[in-house]
Formats: sequence, C-alpha cells, structure tokens
Amino acid sequence: MLAPASETELAEAVAGAAGPLAVRGGGTRGFGAPAGEALSVAGLSGVELYEPGALTIVARAGTPVAEVEAVLAAEGQRLPFEPMDHRTLSGANGAPTVGGMVAANVSGPRRIQAGACRDSLIGVRFVDGSGTIVKSGGRVMKNVTGYDLVKLMAGSFGTLGILSEVAFKVLPATEASATLVLDGVTPERGVAALSAALGSPFEVSGAAHLTADQQAVMRLEGFEDQVGYRSERLAAVLASFGEVRVERDAARSARIWADVRDATGLAAEPGDIWRLSVRPTDGPVVWAALGRPPALFDWGGGLIWVRVADGTDVRAGLAGVAGHATLVRATPATRARLGTFHPEPPALAALAQGLRRQYDPRGILNAGLMSAEA
Amino acid sequence: MEMPQPDAAILARRADVVAKLQAALPPDAVIEAEAELKAYECDALTAYTCPPMAVVLPASTEEVAAVLRICHAEGVPVVPRGSGTSLAGGALPTADCVLLGVARLNAVLETDYANRTIRVQSGRTNLSVTGAVQEEDFFYAPDPSSQLACAIAGNIAMNSGGAHCLKYGVTTNNLLGVTIVLMDGTVIEIGGAHLDAGTYDWLGLVCGSEGQLGVVTEATLRILRKPEGARPVLMGFDSSEVAGACVSDIIKAGVLPVAIEFMDRMLIGVCEDFAQAGYPECEALLIVEVEGSDAEIDLQLGLIKKIAEAHQPVALREAADGDEAARIWAGRKAAFSAIGKINDYMCLDGTIPVSSLPYVLRRIGEMSEEYGLGVGNVFHAGDGNMHPLILYDANKPGDLETCEAFGADILKLCVEVGGCLTGEHGVGIEKRDLMNVQFAPADMEAQMRVKDVFDPAWLLNPAKVFPLDVSEPRRTGKTRAA
Repeated sequence: MLAPASETELAEAVAGAAGPLAVRGGGTRGFGAPAGEALSVAGLSGVELYEPGALTIVARAGTPVAEVEAVLAAEGQRLPFEPMDHRTLSGANGAPTVGGMVAANVSGPRRIQAGACRDSLIGVRFVDGSGTIVKSGGRVMKNVTGYDLVKLMAGSFGTLGILSEVAFKVLPATEASATLVLDGVTPERGVAALSAALGSPFEVSGAAHLTADQQAVMRLEGFEDQVGYRSERLAAVLASFGEVRVERDAARSARIWADVRDATGLAAEPGDIWRLSVRPTDGPVVWAALGRPPALFDWGGGLIWVRVADGTDVRAGLAGVAGHATLVRATPATRARLGTFHPEPPALAALAQGLRRQYDPRGILNAGLMSAEA
Repeated sequence: MEMPQPDAAILARRADVVAKLQAALPPDAVIEAEAELKAYECDALTAYTCPPMAVVLPASTEEVAAVLRICHAEGVPVVPRGSGTSLAGGALPTADCVLLGVARLNAVLETDYANRTIRVQSGRTNLSVTGAVQEEDFFYAPDPSSQLACAIAGNIAMNSGGAHCLKYGVTTNNLLGVTIVLMDGTVIEIGGAHLDAGTYDWLGLVCGSEGQLGVVTEATLRILRKPEGARPVLMGFDSSEVAGACVSDIIKAGVLPVAIEFMDRMLIGVCEDFAQAGYPECEALLIVEVEGSDAEIDLQLGLIKKIAEAHQPVALREAADGDEAARIWAGRKAAFSAIGKINDYMCLDGTIPVSSLPYVLRRIGEMSEEYGLGVGNVFHAGDGNMHPLILYDANKPGDLETCEAFGADILKLCVEVGGCLTGEHGVGIEKRDLMNVQFAPADMEAQMRVKDVFDPAWLLNPAKVFPLDVSEPRRTGKTRAA
C-alpha cells in the first residue's frame, strides 16, 4: 500500500504510479475497493489552521473527522452539516477522515437547514491523475474567484483527484435543542407534517419520519428560551396532525438524531441498503412504489433510506420521479451487477467522461468506481 | 483593460450570421441597428464599452438552443447577459460577438410551498422571485444590492451573495436545479427539487462559472419561510480596528446574526444623505441584524449589545420600528449608487479572513495617501467580504489607470493575507489579469480544462476570467490543433 506522508509525496506517488490506484481515507464507507494498488491518505493528518473568530478551519485530508470535531467543540463550534458515520451500516473498523467525508459529500439531518458538506466546504487542495497539485477556493467564506472546483471535488469520490487538504466554514454549536415527536403517523401523513414544520418560521434543523415507529420527529436548536418558545409554537402549527410530545432531554434528543443520521434502525437485519434523494413530497410515493420496505425518511421526506432483499434494484421506484439512488450496503456481487451510483443521462455522462479524461488522462484514479469505463 | 482583437473573418460574415439568427427567431428578437446595439455596449462596469455585432433576445430554451447552434456552427463567440448589472464586466461584449440577453425569459414556472422551491426562467429579477412568493410569507434569500434589477441568470453566473448570506449562504447554497444549454445547443437538466447530486456536482460547477460553460435558461431555487421579525442595531466606533474586533467577538460568542455590515466615515455620510437613516457620525459603523420573534430578537440583541459595550461604542441604537429598519437597509443597499451620484468610483470585492480586517483597513488607508485617491469602505464584515470604493475622475487623463493600479494593490493585499480577489462580484474582465496573483498556472489550467469539456471551441464568453495570454492558445484554437 502506498502511504504518502505529505502532499509532495502524494504527488510523487501518483506521478510515478505504474497502474490504477485505489484511494482510501479511513476505509469506513464499504463501497468496495476499486482495482489497483491501495493508496492511503491517512498519513496526511492534522489541523493546519483554525480561527474561531472567522469561523474557518483547514485540515489535511487524512485527519480523522473526530479530531476536527473535537477541536471545534473545544471552542463551542461544529461542522454545520452533521456528517454521518458509515460504520454503523458498513461494520468497518477504520476512522472516518475529513478527506473521505468530502470525497463522498457526507451530510446528515441538518443538511436541510445548514446545507450539505459541499456547502460548508470553502477550499481544497488535490493531486490530479497526472500528479499535479491543484488548489481551488481558499480559507475565506465568500469566494467566487475562478470556477468552483471545490464543489466539483465534493462527491467525486477520488475519481478526479486525490484530496490533500480541505477547508470549511463552521458554525457556533447551539446552546439547547429539542425534538418534537408526533406519534402514530404514516409516512404520507408524517411527511405532510414535516412539510408544515419546514414551512414554519421556526428554523427546523432536522425533519425525519421513523417508519418502523410510525413517528415524525422534528428538531429545534438555539438558545434555551428560544427552543422553549419555538417548541410551543411549532406544536401549535402541527396541532391538526395530532398531539406533539416535546423531548427536551439533551442526551435522548441527540440519540434520536444520531440514529437518523446513521440509519441505525436499518443496520441490524440483512439486506441491501439504498439511499434515495427525491423531492420531499415524492418520498412516500417512491417508498410505496418500492412495496413499502423497511425505511427511514430524513430531510423532510426527501432522503429515503430503504432496506431491500439482496439484489433488488430500487431505481425502478424512481421511474417518472426526479432524483437519484445510491447503493450504500450490498454484497460485492450485487454491487458489481448494479453499480453504486445512479446512471446519468447521456449528455452528462459524456461530460463526466470528458472531465475524467482531462483530470486523469491515464484513468488510474479509482477507475470504474463512478463509471463503467475502466 | 485589453480585449482581444475582433475576428475580421467573423465581422465579414456579419450579414450572413444575422440572417441565420433572424430566420431562427421572431423578428423583434434580433437587434442589429447600430443605435440599438449601443444599449448593450457595457454592463455596470461602465468604464469599458464595446457594442456587440448583434443582440438576440430569445424567449424560450428552444430559442436559446437555436441561437447557440447557429453561433457554434458559425464559430461566432457568444456573450450571455442577464440584466447587465455586473460590476466586473461579465457581460461586456466584443465587437465580433452575439450578445445573448435572457431578459425575455422572465416567467415563474412553478411555486411549490410544500417542498419549498420555485422554478423560474433565468431572466427573472432577483427581487421578483421573492415578489412571487411573499404573499405566502416566503422569500428567496440571496440579496445582492442590485436585487431590484439583477437577473437570476447573472446571479447564477457569478454565484452572487448579498448582505444576508452570513446566515443564508450565497446563490450556490440556494440553487437546486437548472436547465442549461451548452454552446453546441445541447439542452441539459441538472438537479431539480431534490437535494444534492447523485454523481458529480454539476450544479456547483455551473454556479459561478461566469457564463463560460453554458447558458442557464431555467432554475429551481430554494425558498424559505420569512422569519417572524427582524431588527437591525447600529453600533458606532472610534476606529475600524475596534469595530473589527467587535465583529470577531460577536461571532466567537456563538450568536450568529443574519448580517453584519460595516461602513466607514465617508460612506456613513454619503448613505445618510441618501436615505436619512439616522446613522451616527463616527469612524466605523456596524449594522448588525438578527431575526426571530420580538422576544428572541431582544434576547439576541441583548447578548450582542453586551459584547459591543465592552468595546466602548460611541453609538448603540436599535431600530425603533419597521420604517427605521427599512431606512437603515435602504441606506446600506444604496451605497454604490449614492456614491456614484457624487463621484466616479471603482468598487472592489476582495474577501479576507475576518481576523485581518484591522490590518487591511489600515493598509488601504495608507495606500490611499500614496495614490492620492480617496477610498470609502462598506462591506459584509461577518464574512470578510470587503467593498472598497476608490474615487477617481473619469475626465482626468490617467486617473482611471491610477485607480486601477490602486485597486490591483488592494486585491493583492487581500490575497496576501489569505483571502481572494472576489467574494461575490466575479472575475469578469475586471480581475482577469490578477488571477495569477491568486492561482498558480496549474490551478488555472485545471479550471480551463473544465471549459475545454463544456465548450471545446471556447466560444462562450471567452475573453473573461482567465488572463488573455493564459487563455490565448485555447481561444485561438492553437491547443486544439496541436
């Protein structure tokens, strides 16, 4: 395994690579390793710059997410997008890295209010497939200088370049939070309640339907008094949907959202796990089209986690509905047959291939991970 | 500011190209009369003008695609234009180009409150997007100062920000989907009402690409429910250093206002004359706004005022009512036009780390002395996005050049302290030749490779963003031949 300890060594390793490279951070995702020699960026580790007063942090790509979160927590701040931990689903042992988190654009329940990982990402450095070091963005919150390659790198899974450094804008952590629980609601009724909550002025920062429990849950965050006030007002908005319970215990509330974030409820039983992103009101429709499998709705209904029998292609449920599906947990055989990512229409697939040829002319970066071409 | 020489071969085929455009579009959608072309000779960077070869005003995605197919086949450059409010020259034509204006694409296609989205044609103005949903108490968050006039198409091209993006983000954070037409006429749907990309983040790549990758004809935007209320507080300080320190303390304290705006003495005076907002006379003024119910606002402003008091403000006053709040913002948002009434000016847009504010403001003051040109500062302090306004006299020979040299020095300073050339206005032609201050050749090469994929012949807005000598082989086809 190649294990560069610096950006320069990373660039040399890529430039000197004789064949395909399988790029890894913490190895926690379980999306399957592409063919080729393993290259770990774990050696590029450490927070390089943190300015609490400017709400910005810069870290090397191999830095554990937990380390960045601890550094931020010490100053009362946090990553706004609440990244999920894939280990609950994958059962992997590694430690998630910030580079892997960016490469997969990993977000959690707060995505609906604070944006995705890509929205907080303000700068990257990466090594392209020729071994050239490239930077885009920087360490300031507002930056429109040149093309936004920062967004392009987020979610490109190491197929266009290997991240060496990532920079984020961060937010103050909130003083208090509460979870409003609506019991005994179907996904259809639950998503309607979530829409009403998200259309209120109370800045709901989590909106999920726990399908196994027939519960809609909504999170409010802010100052203590603010959360109290908003809980009352939001419960009134939801009165037509039934009685609302307010969970103010911080630990129990945090547990609910960690379980939503990691799709914990689906992990224990066997089966393939898919993640679908659709328009929120389409969520229950797509779920019904799939035959109402064990599921969890996040993002107000727009993010559907489903567990289906091994080898089921849930993309059929998206017929006539805009959105995309990602195969998160599956056997290697199913993954080989169905692929991990949603197929793109021909015009975008052509652009994707064009970009890969520009950024990785030898086709050595995670070859085949995001496309059929080797 | 240099622009490429027009292609004589294209100019020689002008009548032919115009005839083809006229055959593809309704009669009133092609403008070729010299006097009418003058209206499109510049955008809000008025120091530079050049009438285009022709103007087209398509009214549908199909018409845009038809125009681009013709220009692609003819090898004619196309400069897209929203409302022409770019401060960076993003819509400045060349003499051999077809200028494609999206002004007729102004419809609202769908509003969806349950999913909190609106689908509009891209020529619709920023403020009229909010106008379409405000009856239901919703709004579109990005609020550039030009929001009354600027088009969503231009907002997407430049990834525009605004005063309230500290809380709500800039255009790219509020854009969910687009219909985009590539230079060869291919129409592509990206995103929609769902969140995030299933593969590459095409939407993120298109947003902020300054009209160089394609022409956006429709957009799905995130709309938000209006907060229960909002209230600004005015804080005056003896020096900009103290104001800067106060900004940093507010942010560190965990209160995140929706906006923190800064004005120096010159701008306070100019904006006060314009809006009668009751700004205090002082060296540095902060406008800090928070949102929520009355009680929530009281709570947050209580915390913020306590922080401010530790910095011994010379004035500290909350807006008494909605009318005063409106005037406070009217003054701030009119800053550019108010100063434009009394002087020629150039507006810069560099962003710096908030911690460098005091140093950078001091250096700008020193440079102002050295260059002998006045400068006013008004900016989004919460996110470090500065807007120094350099005053010059357009009728005085050499003054514009001095002003540009001064501006370049300020932007170099922004990069030096860890910032960037432009926070929300875009590169256009204005900052094009400074790109190599911020980027190494390999960084720019990586960006240009994206354009190679979307627009291999480099026909869309080609003379922008990258220094002319850097883009020259691509624009003239030398790399393709090689």
